Amino acid sequence: MLRFLFRRFLGAVVILFLLSIVTFLLFFGMPRDPALLMCGKTCNPASLANIHHVLGLDKSVPEQYGIFLHNLFFGSNQFAQGPCPAPCFGYSYHTNDQVWSTLLDRLPITVSLTLGGAVVFLIVGLGTGMIAAWKRGSLIDKMVTAASMVLSSMQIYFLGPLALAILVFQTHLFSKPAYTDFTSDPVAWFDGLLIPWVVLSTIFASQYTRMARSSMIEQLQEEHVRTARAKGMSRKYVFFRYAWRGSLIPIVTIFGIDLGSLLGGAIITEYTFGLPGLGHLAVDAVSFSDLPLLLGVMLFSATMILLFNIIVDACYAFIDPRVRLS
Amino acid sequence: MWIRFKRDRTGVISAFIVLIFFAIAAAAPLIAKAYGKNPYTVYADERPELFDSAGVPIQPNGGISGEFWFGLEPGNGYDVFTKLIYGIRTSLMISIAVTLAVVITGILLGVTAGYVGGKTDYSIGRVIDFLLAFPSQLFFIASMPVVVSLFVSPTDETPTYVRVVALIVVQWVLGWMSLARILRGTTLALREREFIEAAKVSGASPWRIIRREILPNVVTPLLVQSTYLLPNFVTIEAGLSFLGVGIVEPTPDWGQMFSKASTELVLQNDITYMFFPGVSMIIFVVAFNLLGDSVRDAFDPKSAR
Repeated sequence: MLRFLFRRFLGAVVILFLLSIVTFLLFFGMPRDPALLMCGKTCNPASLANIHHVLGLDKSVPEQYGIFLHNLFFGSNQFAQGPCPAPCFGYSYHTNDQVWSTLLDRLPITVSLTLGGAVVFLIVGLGTGMIAAWKRGSLIDKMVTAASMVLSSMQIYFLGPLALAILVFQTHLFSKPAYTDFTSDPVAWFDGLLIPWVVLSTIFASQYTRMARSSMIEQLQEEHVRTARAKGMSRKYVFFRYAWRGSLIPIVTIFGIDLGSLLGGAIITEYTFGLPGLGHLAVDAVSFSDLPLLLGVMLFSATMILLFNIIVDACYAFIDPRVRLS
Repeated sequence: MWIRFKRDRTGVISAFIVLIFFAIAAAAPLIAKAYGKNPYTVYADERPELFDSAGVPIQPNGGISGEFWFGLEPGNGYDVFTKLIYGIRTSLMISIAVTLAVVITGILLGVTAGYVGGKTDYSIGRVIDFLLAFPSQLFFIASMPVVVSLFVSPTDETPTYVRVVALIVVQWVLGWMSLARILRGTTLALREREFIEAAKVSGASPWRIIRREILPNVVTPLLVQSTYLLPNFVTIEAGLSFLGVGIVEPTPDWGQMFSKASTELVLQNDITYMFFPGVSMIIFVVAFNLLGDSVRDAFDPKSAR
């Protein structure tokens, strides 16, 4: 187990390293000069060169990358805005805030959105999927299958504005989605995130419904499950003890992947509802050519994806004792 | 195979719907001509009597009338019907191009990795792993301006075809991995089969074996995967245009209609407008997914739904 984790973490670090290089190169291919944006109206070549110098953009690209890596691991006191302890991504070009603290600032929003959504879509998705599998072939099953088919083809950029229009702007049943810190006002936190959760989970739940239904049906036809049934165990017991456990692996797999990518920033959802989470931050970073911020968000998102991939693989061993990690 | 597919009623109906979408996309200029309008006319300027001061069509239900079948767009007042069919045209053209590029790359890299094996397989496998770890949506957004700047200098106006090419390129770069991985697996299994051995023994060159023995056998997973990939690319492209990094006004595009539909002007006044792109896209994606399932079942009758 330890060896497995060590190897996977090593692999993840290599990928993150390569990713940071790609992001770096990508940025230097960007058409907009960030200094030009900061320079403003009274811009002359001298002040532009000065800003380039302050940002360190007058150095060669490999040199800048070296500085970035050094700062990331050891921190830096070279910034005009103040000290920057490790992990230091530098200061945002646009807002002049420390990137790492900005990331930590926005993280609760994305985490609230993801976890709330995940609870809803996991319960709804698995619940309906299992009911459909239990009553396979019945009217309920057909309805659930058809509904999940249509809902999984829905897009957040359609369902989100539709929900906003109907629930907020036309009927005024709910307040406009906004983020309030959970610790300061739990009720407002819940109220402000309710619509995003429902919309996010409507789309995600349908995937889980289909997945749960098909893998339950598959499991119920397995030899050991049929044997258990033939021995005279009740249908309920077999369903929940035998088949359920076997159907967990595919569900855990996509749940891990979904959770990782959502925690790295649910870009379209955050954008639709105007929630200033990590995804929104990423869009901002691109539109302001904000290299430190972009690097920060990119690496953070990729770390989430990789981390959850490792967690999923490690989970296999707990779910299915036949799986050997090596 | 074909007979089995024809017996599947869901499959045939969804194939019909998909074909209708393609036909609409292909014939959009003809339809628009017969209908007598084009998606670039700004009716807010031409016929200001149809709009109130905020730019919302005066007539109920988004200004639907005998003259404007799907109503008028709030704001600029484009004709929604022509805008939608032209938008479907743009989106489908982009997605078909991406799918073709992905299929070609997938075959090249996947089959090579599977057949040659060894170091080639290992390095292609690592590249796939690396690209799969990319936060893809983020990468799309970040790389769109970069790819655009490869073609035009930032001071010039960006022509539409450059945006189209850029959209195709970024989706292609992060789109081919899953297909390549599947084709690699299939090829790997095929390589051990007797008929390949026989071809090898009889002195066929690797190129000939890949072309004549392996490619015909990977057509099935290829076809099934592409029917799943294409609607996926349509929704990704629409998402990018929704976020404002894809196709921009005045070029009509499916996704860009969504970004128009999510403005407060539409949300607060008349939401009829958002149903046209929304419902048409749901129908398209559902039909395509059902078609994909039917194609899979037709090729592989053993797999249960």
